Amino acid sequence: MREQGSDRIVDARQETQPPYLYPDYVATRLRAPKKPLIILPRTLSDTTGPAFGRGPVGELDNDLTRQHEGEPLGERIIVTGWVLDGDGRPVRNSLIEIWQANAAGRYIHKNDRHPAPLDPNFSGAGRCLTDEEGRYRFVTIKPGAYPWKNHGNAWRPAHIHLSLFGEAFRSRLITQMYFPGDPLFEHDPIFQSVRDPKAQRRMISTFDLETTQPEWALGYRFDIVLEGRNATPMENHR
Amino acid sequence: MTSGPTPSQTVGPFFHDALLGEDRSELVPPDHPRAVRIEGTVYDGAGEPVPDAMVEIWQADEAGRYADPTDDREDLPHDPETFSGFGRSGTDAAGRFSFFTVKPGPVPGPDGSLQAPHIMVSIFARGLLKRLVTRIYFPDEGESNGGDPVLSSIEDLEFRKTLLAIDEGGVLRFDVYLQGDNQTAFFEF
Repeated sequence: MREQGSDRIVDARQETQPPYLYPDYVATRLRAPKKPLIILPRTLSDTTGPAFGRGPVGELDNDLTRQHEGEPLGERIIVTGWVLDGDGRPVRNSLIEIWQANAAGRYIHKNDRHPAPLDPNFSGAGRCLTDEEGRYRFVTIKPGAYPWKNHGNAWRPAHIHLSLFGEAFRSRLITQMYFPGDPLFEHDPIFQSVRDPKAQRRMISTFDLETTQPEWALGYRFDIVLEGRNATPMENHR
Repeated sequence: MTSGPTPSQTVGPFFHDALLGEDRSELVPPDHPRAVRIEGTVYDGAGEPVPDAMVEIWQADEAGRYADPTDDREDLPHDPETFSGFGRSGTDAAGRFSFFTVKPGPVPGPDGSLQAPHIMVSIFARGLLKRLVTRIYFPDEGESNGGDPVLSSIEDLEFRKTLLAIDEGGVLRFDVYLQGDNQTAFFEF
């Protein structure tokens, strides 16, 4: 039997996280589980998690504009922020992997059929570790919006995919970072699958003049909050 | 400052170059004396294989210790340099994923209980707005599976059985059914 407290936890979670089944996003219809989820007690199996040392991360892996002979086309941007756990503590030395479309809205992926040009100077994949204070920083170009076949005239708002590990199995997160003021938000079922407007805002980066470098690149701030090793879900919702 | 957790969003269909550029499916070399090969197929609700999923695993080493500094049970032998406990495999055109690993030892459970050897699993895919979490248990661990607090918490025996790999003579099969009558059991925290 579930205690009243855990009901409250589940309710609070639903405000932040999208459901598995969101019929407007057509691909969820055959992939969302329908049977009830089983509550997993907190044990070492999920309060521990993989660590990635400096080993796999190259010096230039966080600069997507310097992976080829020439520079990619598009608006050069800096994306930076904090990675924090649910108690506001920095998540240090933690792997972040990102991927994105090029400035024309085209992924280098073989299954991307959008008839927009590929950019020979842009692969669209990067990674870095957070520093000792939990900060990360990428240099890239602003991705373009692109069409998909979810419904008639469907377009994804410009976004960067981010994959994070945090400090425990339970803090693992894959999300998307959006750009402020995008007119496509209201038409995008993936964005809209997060119902709470406050939670939606936590997926949108903010333009930041301090991060912006004169004569060189616009700056965007995007802070990320993961579930902590020990934090209870309710503490996450302060 | 942001307050509240960052919402999850789907991994989408185009993650391969960024997340699968390096092969992380071999936690031990295939010729390791106690290597276990795990194979499976991910199926959707129409029974079709899912060709664009990513499966990640996290597990303790053979002694039951996690390669994480917070697992500080110094009495257990441990070498995080040789066994990271983390693996990642994309699914191929037929929805198949695979790993080479070793069977983990038992690990502590809630309230002084012992958990049977198991592997934590995350599944990401287009159409999954957040990851799915499940566990792989081992078919030759009958007694210890019987006392496992997580397995025992699933009352429906058929549903419980979806967490048990099947021994196919040298290969352990763990198919994942996202939906339907034989849906795999998934967890939430």
